[in-house]
Amino acid sequence: MTEESLETYLRARRDAGRALLVPYVTGGLTDDWLAYVRAYADAGADAVEIGLPFSDPMLDGGTIQEASDRALRRGVTPDRLLDEIASAAVEVPLVVMTYSNIVFRAGAKAFCARLAEAGVSGLVVPDVPHDEAGSLSVAATAAGIDLVLLAAPSTPPARLRSIAEESRGFIYGVTVMGTTGERASMPDSARSVAARLRELTTRPVLLGFGISTPEHAVEACRHADGVVVASALMRRVLDGATPAEVGSDVAAIRRALDTQVTASADALRQALGNEGR
Amino acid sequence: MSLVLWGPGDDLAHRHRSIMDDPGAAGRFGRFGGRFVPESLVPACEELEEAFRDAWGDPTFRATLNQTLELYAGRPTPVTPALRLSAELGVTLLLKREDLAHTGSHKINNVLGQALLARRMGKTRLLAETGAGQHGVATATAGALLGLDVTVFMGERDMERQALNVFRMRLLGAEVIGVSSGSRTLKDACNEALRHWVASADDAHYCIGSVMGPHPYPWLVREFQRVIGEEARGQCASLLPCGTPDVVVACVGGGSNAAGTFAGFVDTPARLVGVEPAGGAAMTAGEPGVLHGFYSHVLQDENGQIREAHSVSAGLDYPGIGPEHAHLADLGRASYLSVTDDEAIAAVARLARAEGILPALESAHALAWVLRAAGTPELPPGSTVLVTLSGRGDKDADQLARLP
Repeated sequence: MTEESLETYLRARRDAGRALLVPYVTGGLTDDWLAYVRAYADAGADAVEIGLPFSDPMLDGGTIQEASDRALRRGVTPDRLLDEIASAAVEVPLVVMTYSNIVFRAGAKAFCARLAEAGVSGLVVPDVPHDEAGSLSVAATAAGIDLVLLAAPSTPPARLRSIAEESRGFIYGVTVMGTTGERASMPDSARSVAARLRELTTRPVLLGFGISTPEHAVEACRHADGVVVASALMRRVLDGATPAEVGSDVAAIRRALDTQVTASADALRQALGNEGR
Repeated sequence: MSLVLWGPGDDLAHRHRSIMDDPGAAGRFGRFGGRFVPESLVPACEELEEAFRDAWGDPTFRATLNQTLELYAGRPTPVTPALRLSAELGVTLLLKREDLAHTGSHKINNVLGQALLARRMGKTRLLAETGAGQHGVATATAGALLGLDVTVFMGERDMERQALNVFRMRLLGAEVIGVSSGSRTLKDACNEALRHWVASADDAHYCIGSVMGPHPYPWLVREFQRVIGEEARGQCASLLPCGTPDVVVACVGGGSNAAGTFAGFVDTPARLVGVEPAGGAAMTAGEPGVLHGFYSHVLQDENGQIREAHSVSAGLDYPGIGPEHAHLADLGRASYLSVTDDEAIAAVARLARAEGILPALESAHALAWVLRAAGTPELPPGSTVLVTLSGRGDKDADQLARLP
């Protein structure tokens, strides 16, 4: 990947009017798991989120739990996955998601340095809220890794402001009070998380958790700058879908975003008579 | 809020606090503790911390809790001199009888405190994880008493081992949800309870059963269990010529009965000993790490994956240990050792026959260490030793009967 930061990259694309799409894959889920990353990139992903599996994924619902368990049973380790990532030469920014004990075990500084070596540009650690992020954030900055913080529907205004200031790369807006997992519809809480964040910051705001269909993604992008899509894709992989098949799911979301969101943003911009946001 | 640094060597960031006191807003015991939970749960933890500070400083709340402990739970529990066993071992052995508390273990102390707190906070439901089922039974009991709905998460493997307690919980009106992920034991029940709490924090209080979890739980549970140590201290003062025992011993899974016991003796000369199961010895075999929202010693592999604990005792089958214990060990104020399943099983039979008391397998770990140490330099002849008998063993009878 290029030398520019995850945030610079995403901001530029967002500012050009593009709805951001970040699909997820559990690292090591299959032998050819990197083929999913490449398929996502080819399908128009703006970045790819890669999960380094942890034995006790507290914030994950059944699908990602199953994917993590399956990867761990295959004997994957964070080190080996990062080696594989390093050799993959993918043309989109990569964001690693893992739990704090995986980071902590290696040491925050060593872990972030390792990510940078592997060509990763962002990090999400869902069980490190911003008040515990102190030296992890320092280590990430030193290594040139954007530490992405989560914001939840329950986050009160003062915390939301701190999160908006301290998050790097983007802000991960959690759509719902719950775990990751496919859902039938977008909850109302998603809209308000995005709206509250956008009042506070120009940093890209991406919504995640339960974004399962192109329709959800379009709906989410009416309020936010982009989406993270995870469980819906992992369910397909768990059920045996090939990289090409899951890549075409991502392409379908891409198409929906490009035709419906970008078009409506253009229309809005024209109507308002200003350029950009 | 102070900047909390990450990882070893961050002690300097924390103000000195007296031992077993308020861990402050960051919830740190030395370098351990903290609040490593998803952002979604932080507001719920903050709300609980504030509510607990308020309630704990409110004489009315304290009076209600004390009255409930006395009139409903049967406190104070006695300290029983184990006369025959003392003569056999050549030491003076005293037993703090939490097995005589309502529901058969010390778990009721914490649960009544949390249930009263939950009601004060306007919550209508209690969520709980349980290993042996003692905490689940206690929570179901408190829910019945105070009119709160109760949902208990329990590993499927533990449900098999502790079928009687599953039946008791359901009889008390609780919903018991079997957890089939991971090792299907206590650690997985905790994961599932936390996941459920994320989605229901508005109306549900997560009633954690031990001195673990994110801040304020390790502190709050220790405070609700402090009654064990405070009662025992007074009782020892009247039973022992020397006033305090030489050694105070308790079993440790997450470590709540030990924390409550130690809290009453931490400022005395008594040596404090926590006894873990050999197959789940987080303090001695684990390394610093984060599990279930707190930083402490955790059984894990070289990559940071959590290892499963293996103990005959479902209540001690937990790969972590409360963060305050890790701090007490750091300070050298308490020591932590382990005994094997076989030693614990032998201790059950020995106490049953010598004293007519059938201890829980968990509690038998504390006793097993005394059996091993008595007469050695660890516990020289003539020593006085207090063992907290955290629970009664009826729940284990079926399991013990099936042992080869």
